[in-house]
Amino acid sequence: MARHWWTVIGFVVLLGFLAFGLTRDPNILPSPFIGKPAPEFSLPTVLDPEKTIGTDVYRNQYALINVWATWCVGCRQEHAFLLRLAESGAIPIYGINWRDNRAEAMDWLQQLGNPYVASGYDADGRVGINWGVYGAPETFLLDPDGIVLYKHLGPLNRAAWEQDFVPLINGGAKK
Amino acid sequence: MIRRMLFACCVALLTTSALAIDTGKAFDDPELQARYEKLIDEVRCLKCQNQTIKDSNAFLAGDLRREIRRMISEGMTDEQIADFLVQRYGEFALYRPRMTGKTLFLWIAPFALLLFGGFGLYRIVRHRANLPIDEDVIEES
Repeated sequence: MARHWWTVIGFVVLLGFLAFGLTRDPNILPSPFIGKPAPEFSLPTVLDPEKTIGTDVYRNQYALINVWATWCVGCRQEHAFLLRLAESGAIPIYGINWRDNRAEAMDWLQQLGNPYVASGYDADGRVGINWGVYGAPETFLLDPDGIVLYKHLGPLNRAAWEQDFVPLINGGAKK
Repeated sequence: MIRRMLFACCVALLTTSALAIDTGKAFDDPELQARYEKLIDEVRCLKCQNQTIKDSNAFLAGDLRREIRRMISEGMTDEQIADFLVQRYGEFALYRPRMTGKTLFLWIAPFALLLFGGFGLYRIVRHRANLPIDEDVIEES
């Protein structure tokens, strides 16, 4: 009888792995940047190609970097929340306009409203790759030292903001 | 006639996936071209996770192919290019993950399972071989 226990234990262990593996969303990849400095970048802004936005803008403050595009359905979904968040003054939001068309991006900001302090125009997706972006919208939370604290995949909303972002910001402030 | 048309359809079906992706030569140097083709066949398209960036026509795959072409032409080694991808997208980006602390389990698990199964099989066979022939039937029922 005792030798059957090995079979049972082996089966339960396998079952455990399956239960763990099958209940995770394979589309959510952990960002290798968590806890590390955000990648350097410098981009012309969407609204004014003469101006640039780069790494220095979000230093010395908590900030969100939101990767968006006009072709991205999830970006339209989260847009109203981003506007409210920007209005509340809780945190400055910077945009990376990823693989988009400048004229359409300008229209978008004019018609739907502009929650961003500024948006960088990443036409060829190079900055997106440096940030490990694989699908818009993606939102990074950076601390005042420019360290990536968190990355949110998909449309941002109040529930995700309060659950995943706010504790990280409050936790850091107490230090 | 119908047979020929069916055959033509089958051939057409088989070729579409090859036609969808850029097939032009990236490098004149055959050695670089071979490296390029090998690399893009081993990098996962993060947007379409069960395809390599060679098989995918998602724009992200196109961007990654472009970055790999740039890095090869800048003289980076395969190892450096793999590092570039892992730093940005994690070990998951490589179809053949390197053996590191994080991926060790991934590499060892199949062999461990094989050993485990082999040991079990050995035990069972040994046990049955030792049974008297008459009792064999009784044991199984």
